[in-house]
Amino acid sequence: MNASQVVAEVFYSLIGIVFALVGVKALRDPKAEKKITTAVFWFLLAFTFILGNHLPKWITGLCIIGIAVITAINGVKQSANDVPDPKKVRASADKLGYKVFIPALCLALVAVVAATLGGSVPALSWLTANNAIGVSGLVALLVALCLFKAPPKYTVIDGTRLMDNVGPVGILPQLLSALGALFTAAGVGTVIANGVSAIIPENSRLIACAVYCIAMALFTIIMGNGFAAFSVITVGIGVPFLIMQGANPVVVGALGLTAGYCGTLCTPMAANFNIMPAALLEVKNKYAIIKSQIPVACVMLVIHIALMYFFAFR
Amino acid sequence: MDALKLIGVLIVVIGFAIKFDTIATVVIAGVATGLVAGMTPMEILDTLGSSFISNRTATLFVLTLPCIGICERYGLKEKAIDFIRSIKNATTGRVILIYQVIRTLAAAFSVRLGGHPQFVRPVVVPMAEGAAIAKYGEIDEETSDTIRGASAAAENYGNFFAQNCFMGASGTLLIVNTLVSTLAEHGFENVEATVNPLSIATWSIPIAVISVLVGV
Repeated sequence: MNASQVVAEVFYSLIGIVFALVGVKALRDPKAEKKITTAVFWFLLAFTFILGNHLPKWITGLCIIGIAVITAINGVKQSANDVPDPKKVRASADKLGYKVFIPALCLALVAVVAATLGGSVPALSWLTANNAIGVSGLVALLVALCLFKAPPKYTVIDGTRLMDNVGPVGILPQLLSALGALFTAAGVGTVIANGVSAIIPENSRLIACAVYCIAMALFTIIMGNGFAAFSVITVGIGVPFLIMQGANPVVVGALGLTAGYCGTLCTPMAANFNIMPAALLEVKNKYAIIKSQIPVACVMLVIHIALMYFFAFR
Repeated sequence: MDALKLIGVLIVVIGFAIKFDTIATVVIAGVATGLVAGMTPMEILDTLGSSFISNRTATLFVLTLPCIGICERYGLKEKAIDFIRSIKNATTGRVILIYQVIRTLAAAFSVRLGGHPQFVRPVVVPMAEGAAIAKYGEIDEETSDTIRGASAAAENYGNFFAQNCFMGASGTLLIVNTLVSTLAEHGFENVEATVNPLSIATWSIPIAVISVLVGV
């Protein structure tokens, strides 16, 4: 392993510890629902992050099957969280003022600065863009602890609280990227590509961009989830018809996912963005939010296609 | 025979559409694809495990959670609310627009403002409706629906189109990982040098800026 991989393993182990602590939190909560399955879920996940890379890979594969079984039977529940007392939060907001935004700004800025340094200074080559995210998380955490004079125990309390809020869906992006790789290895992309090649005439970059963006939006409308659409459509259309034809993968990827979000804006399938808020805001027409969003979504989709066409092939 | 390989795609589409558990759906799709491709159970477990391990970067966002959680405890959300409340000469359009700008910036810096339940309902909607009532007196139900719909929409625009500007956002990491592992299968070398969270985040900025302009 080279230096950057060692650093990465340290960060993955830290993530594993966060997972394990969420499991411990569930075990120690006397009122927690489905305590055992919840704890097993988080411990399995922690195990794959900390030890998975050092053991035969089929063991991690088995853990993933276990994780899927637990979520399929709805076995993961949130345990009690130490939610901040609103009065204390108000008091500290008044005391700190807008300084409270500083750690959050650090989080984003340190990551960018660190990644840029890592890319240009040879001695810092271990600081890959991925490791830069971990570094920014630690630096911003230290800034927060010092600036707010916060007791260090809140690192664990608030870290596990948020992780528990995010819940099992937090590993969905990782699973979907893994699935994308598997699809490609099995030749799924080629099959979709053969089907789509009937629509896309050769050398028509504009049509290829349009088909990719519109397919992202349509699949997101059907599935209600842009992440899932991204792994399928990028493997099937984005890679063969754009990237293999010389398009810049960065532009295609960055615009591809948000093209899918144009679909999210139009679909009742994305209930937690479009339908539940309507109930929450006591809107009479439950499609009021979607109605307001469709024109913007259509304009944005056209802009996505145009940007991709003009920038991906430069 | 080739069409059989699409079974995984079909499972993902149907699983998400009928709201079956998302994690189980993805794992089942993976196993099914492996079976159709003629892999043994052991090979499937091995592939599943190694692709999961090599995509751990997609979960790096976890390392940002403790800092964000502590900021919340010390009043992050409250100061954001103070800021929007301090707007002078509020009109309905201006309130919603300013909220969208704030939401866009917040998403780009991975700051959680609480979304519809904690920000739009208690702060944005009363201010936007209050401004309309101050100007026109009573407002009818349909107008109220339109204002609320637009307020909720501003939250979604800011959230969706700006979140990938943050290097540690799960969407950004998903893009990077999908591209890196897919292109590796296609024999590209040294993909990480060009496709990394920094470049994806940089290329997500134009659409975030444009979304604010279109939202106007």
